[in-house]
Amino acid sequence: MQTETEPRTDLPPKASVEPGVFARFFINLADVATFIGRFFRELVLPPYEFKEIIRQCYEVGYRSLLLISITGFITGIVFTNQSRPSLTEFGATSWLPSLVAIAVVRAVGPLVTALIAAGKIGSSIGAELGSMNVTEQIDAMEVSGTNPFKFLVVSRVIATTITIPMLTMYTIFVAFVGAFINVNQNELISLTSFIQEIFGTITYLDIFTALVKSVVFGFTIGIVGCYKGYHSSRGTEGVGKAANSSVVTAMFLVFVEELFSLQILNAIRGS
Amino acid sequence: MSESVISIQGLRKSFGDLHVLRGVDLELHRGENVAVLGRSGSGKSVLIKIIAGLLKPDSGQVFVLGQDVERLRGKELDAFRQKIGFSFQNSALYDSMSIRENLEFPLVRNVRNLSRAEINRAVEEGLDGVGLLQTIDQMPSELSGGQRKRIGIARTLMLKPEIMLYDEPTSGLDPITSVEINKLINEVRERTGASSIVITHDLTCAKTTADRVAMLLDGTFERIGTFEEVFTDPDERVQQFYNYKFVE
Repeated sequence: MQTETEPRTDLPPKASVEPGVFARFFINLADVATFIGRFFRELVLPPYEFKEIIRQCYEVGYRSLLLISITGFITGIVFTNQSRPSLTEFGATSWLPSLVAIAVVRAVGPLVTALIAAGKIGSSIGAELGSMNVTEQIDAMEVSGTNPFKFLVVSRVIATTITIPMLTMYTIFVAFVGAFINVNQNELISLTSFIQEIFGTITYLDIFTALVKSVVFGFTIGIVGCYKGYHSSRGTEGVGKAANSSVVTAMFLVFVEELFSLQILNAIRGS
Repeated sequence: MSESVISIQGLRKSFGDLHVLRGVDLELHRGENVAVLGRSGSGKSVLIKIIAGLLKPDSGQVFVLGQDVERLRGKELDAFRQKIGFSFQNSALYDSMSIRENLEFPLVRNVRNLSRAEINRAVEEGLDGVGLLQTIDQMPSELSGGQRKRIGIARTLMLKPEIMLYDEPTSGLDPITSVEINKLINEVRERTGASSIVITHDLTCAKTTADRVAMLLDGTFERIGTFEEVFTDPDERVQQFYNYKFVE
């Protein structure tokens, strides 16, 4: 046992200079990469928090249904209404169901769901974990021999990754309902024709892409919310910042991912 | 003298330019209660967070139950922490869980093969031990500060720790509830035989719960001894602490 009181030499020296803006950016990037790496490591290692994952799926999914229903329905009606004048000019109003189908499945459905989820779920995760951090609940879990990362982060990220694709499919369905009511009222298109038009237009690749995108969006929203909350600075101001920053960052990343997925999808379609 | 359960040598910790601990030495013996006194922001809580492995020291060594805390990782660290009970200043009850779930939380994750009946019995005994069995199905937000403190202590006792770390157990409580918490700290020692470090700036708490008092001044333990030994010291900083009563 070492008994002298001099500083230990086997520990890394403390940084004496504050890092600059660029250095801080790369330090943050490394932090995020480490956080994501830790997520995948904890994901595969036992024990598994199944009960908490199911509870989080309920919180993330079921509790967002009403908001998603209203938003999806309105999106379907508004999109159909806004597209009608352009199609009428070319005498192509019969293409309205096809246009709605392509737009909703390929872009609007996944994007609207992700943005709503970033606002509702991302902020809630950021605020909840931030608040737990401030009130030392995360420390309390750690000292009780429990892995707070697995219990709080892994369960929430799994929940968002599973439920946001499900919510996306639901948004698409509800948007179709809204679109059908609109075209049925204006163009007198029957339900059978509407369904035939939709499924005649969209492909398996469209649905598959929407699902994959939603998985990526769900993961992004979950990991950003958890990262911001888990690393929130102390104090109530930190909780607010964590919630706010979760939404802004997740929304920004969702748009970036949408752009990349579009490029990839175009490349696949072109080949 | 009985064996040492915590041995701290030359502990230093800084946050930026703020040097909080500047070479702390302390020995805690089995079955002993030591109160750490000091002003707010003097580094008392930092000290026990380092002991529990929540913070890393800049230098110095912390041996707890014969293990170098800083070198513990993964399962070793988890197993070590089961032997440490940490009562947080603001209780740190999980506010999304009921009191029953709060007490179950460490138990179901650390003790394997427990039946539902055994878990229920352990939770009820834990709550009964702090006189709050009636709160079992309540949420933390429905409880008073004193009740939350008691339940926080009950939760830490679920894993039968060998060492208890109390962070400001009486802060924010009225004098009568503070006396009850002090009694509870002594009861815990009698019932479990656990050694304790009590972080406080409450002299009544220090006098009634501790065998020895360690006075943290300017980042080091300037005075360690019985309550009387520490406060007979003519050092002005110690006397300022002792002579404070109330402002009229």
